[in-house]
Amino acid sequence: MRVSLFITCLVDQLWPSVGTSTVEVLRRAGCEVVFDERQTCCGQPAFNTGYRREARKLAMRFIEIFEEAKADAIVSPSGSCTAMVHHFHQLFPDDEPWRKRAEALAAKTYELSSLLINVLGAEDLGASFAGRIGWHDACHGLRDLGVHSEPRRLIRNVRGVEFVELQNADVCCGFGGTFSVKYPEISVAILDNKIDAIEKAEVRAIVSGDASCLMQIGGRLSRNNSAVQVMHLAELLASREDLGAQASLPANRGERGLLKI
Amino acid sequence: MSHLTTETFDQNAREALNDPQLRTALRKLARTFGDRRQAVLESVDDWEDLREKARAIKDDTLAHLDKYLEAFADNAERAGAKIHWARDAVEACGIVIRLLNERNATNIVKSKSMATEEIHLNDALEAVGLEPVETDLGEWIIQLAHETPSHIVVPAIHKSKKQIADLFVEKLGIEPTDDVATLTSAARRILRRRFAESHVGISGVNFGVAETGTILILENEGNVRLTTSLPKVHIALMGIEKVIPRFADLDVFLKLLPRSGTGQKLTTYQSLITGVKRDATDEGPDEVHIILMDNGRSRMLGHPVTRQSLACIRCGACLNACPVYQQIGGHAYGSVYPGPIGAVITPQLIGIGKASQLPYASSLCGACREVCPVKIDIPELLLHLRSEVAAGMMGSSASEHNQPVKRKAMERLAFRLYAFAWSSPALYEWGIRIGRLLQRFAVKEGRIGKVGGFVSRVVPPLGAWTSWRDARPIAPRSFREQWRERKGRDAA
Repeated sequence: MRVSLFITCLVDQLWPSVGTSTVEVLRRAGCEVVFDERQTCCGQPAFNTGYRREARKLAMRFIEIFEEAKADAIVSPSGSCTAMVHHFHQLFPDDEPWRKRAEALAAKTYELSSLLINVLGAEDLGASFAGRIGWHDACHGLRDLGVHSEPRRLIRNVRGVEFVELQNADVCCGFGGTFSVKYPEISVAILDNKIDAIEKAEVRAIVSGDASCLMQIGGRLSRNNSAVQVMHLAELLASREDLGAQASLPANRGERGLLKI
Repeated sequence: MSHLTTETFDQNAREALNDPQLRTALRKLARTFGDRRQAVLESVDDWEDLREKARAIKDDTLAHLDKYLEAFADNAERAGAKIHWARDAVEACGIVIRLLNERNATNIVKSKSMATEEIHLNDALEAVGLEPVETDLGEWIIQLAHETPSHIVVPAIHKSKKQIADLFVEKLGIEPTDDVATLTSAARRILRRRFAESHVGISGVNFGVAETGTILILENEGNVRLTTSLPKVHIALMGIEKVIPRFADLDVFLKLLPRSGTGQKLTTYQSLITGVKRDATDEGPDEVHIILMDNGRSRMLGHPVTRQSLACIRCGACLNACPVYQQIGGHAYGSVYPGPIGAVITPQLIGIGKASQLPYASSLCGACREVCPVKIDIPELLLHLRSEVAAGMMGSSASEHNQPVKRKAMERLAFRLYAFAWSSPALYEWGIRIGRLLQRFAVKEGRIGKVGGFVSRVVPPLGAWTSWRDARPIAPRSFREQWRERKGRDAA
């Protein structure tokens, strides 16, 4: 299967190991991965803040680029960015041709775990990771795309992992895009409930399918000097025991919590 | 009464977050109502089907609202009720005051009605020397405390038992106690006397059935029964969106509303009132007046996107599920309608210029949409209202108030720049390189900690983020740079 990678601006710039892990995982699942370097952003920040004209500009560009990929599917390591593509049609209320193009593209755009389980039927990617991990259901992936069982099935196939179902796993982490900086106190108050549940579960790492949530959660864990690490689902699925010690480390943080890219 | 306003939402929220007693009360609300709702959903095996049906009934009603309202009015009048039409809050209050004055009514009892809160009826009555008494315990508590409700269903949820006990001691002169039974029977004693002596009872309406002219009111305490049957005159205030077509439609809503609102299969009492008593010697009021109130609803009806907010049956489930409401409570919103549905209808009722913060007070998590019994897509509505605020428009949505929305110049510029720059991969990558350079000053030990005042002023979002959370720096090599390098190596 030929898949075109929608990397997302966040992963591209702030968390590239999620991207390299995603490519590795897709290849293990038997995909040919192409990456169109012209891509930039899906426009979600603008759309969510109310700037529809700006969002439309980026959406049109996105649609044009990804239509050219001639791929069987477009895949993204982000529930919220995938959901944005699924909402593109709302940007063209009076433009039927563009709306149809948006809908056609959305129909073949998948969040990573959804592609693996629902399209490729690939539950076991030969991953291994030692320790207790908790999972956070990112809101857009969960409620817009219906992603819930897929990550759990993938995680249960990771050798050495002890999966802990967190209390309130499906409650928002408080990020919400610009909400996190427009109303930071509320954002952090919501976040601290999530942090409490994570610390109570005594996990080694918290995993999610959205880098944005992981930035929010990881940012607070880091500020608290917590021992809990953050990992993206792609990074977890890419870890392998034949890579030795690397298998037990989330890709970006070394032993002393220093970022290691 | 000093009420918090919608304009100072951010300040209100900050204060609410620093109120430990409020936080305790809200934690309890989230847990209790969440658990109860979850448990009671299991007593119904076609919940999703019911939601679909309810939404379909509402959509049909709203598509033909004039027809159903006329049928309702005709049938209610045929049964002996008097129908009044109120264009807005002022007219509605005026009608109530006129009806009271015409009958020299001074002893007035009220049952809980969000519509009467919306029009600040009690304030209007008190301004002309009348003293209505709230008979719903929660509403009575906030009336004694001179506050507005903080929740659509449980108005005094923000108060602790001790606060209520202290309030009763101060206002009612009872002996200090924190025994709930003692407090409730003290309330009962006083309210029962008021019921017996009352001239007029004012209520709200949960549903108005067009087919029969019947109004349905739901309750647990029994005060609605007393309010609508003991006094000689009953005045019911009904928002025009409360009408539903057929009596049989009530079945669907009766299965949805109590479960969604309080986690009950059914409320303790359901009062179905059709007109007045047939025989003068029967018990019950001699007069039933129904005030059909618009107050911005027909304006909301006219807009295809926001029309669905009129489907709301005021169950409060969205409030209970909302992570934002759970942190700040209802008063912070500065509106009698708080929480997710409040963030949507308040700007439409009072004007988006006055309530421009509310649509942004959400992480768009969608929990509200998930629990709404009539499937209102609240996040979609919030995003729509945000686009109106960003465009600085006032007249395009339901708001007719000509208030300029404060233009957020810097934000608008930032997004214009973002859309421009990120339409070019070259500019996008140059932006990353510049970012990497600038961040050198802020990155320590692989992360960005709390930035100083200067950086906060230049890049406010970074200041807001790092006040409480560390930030990830821009990576030394982006994904696309690594991809290019790998491609180059493979090709070589």
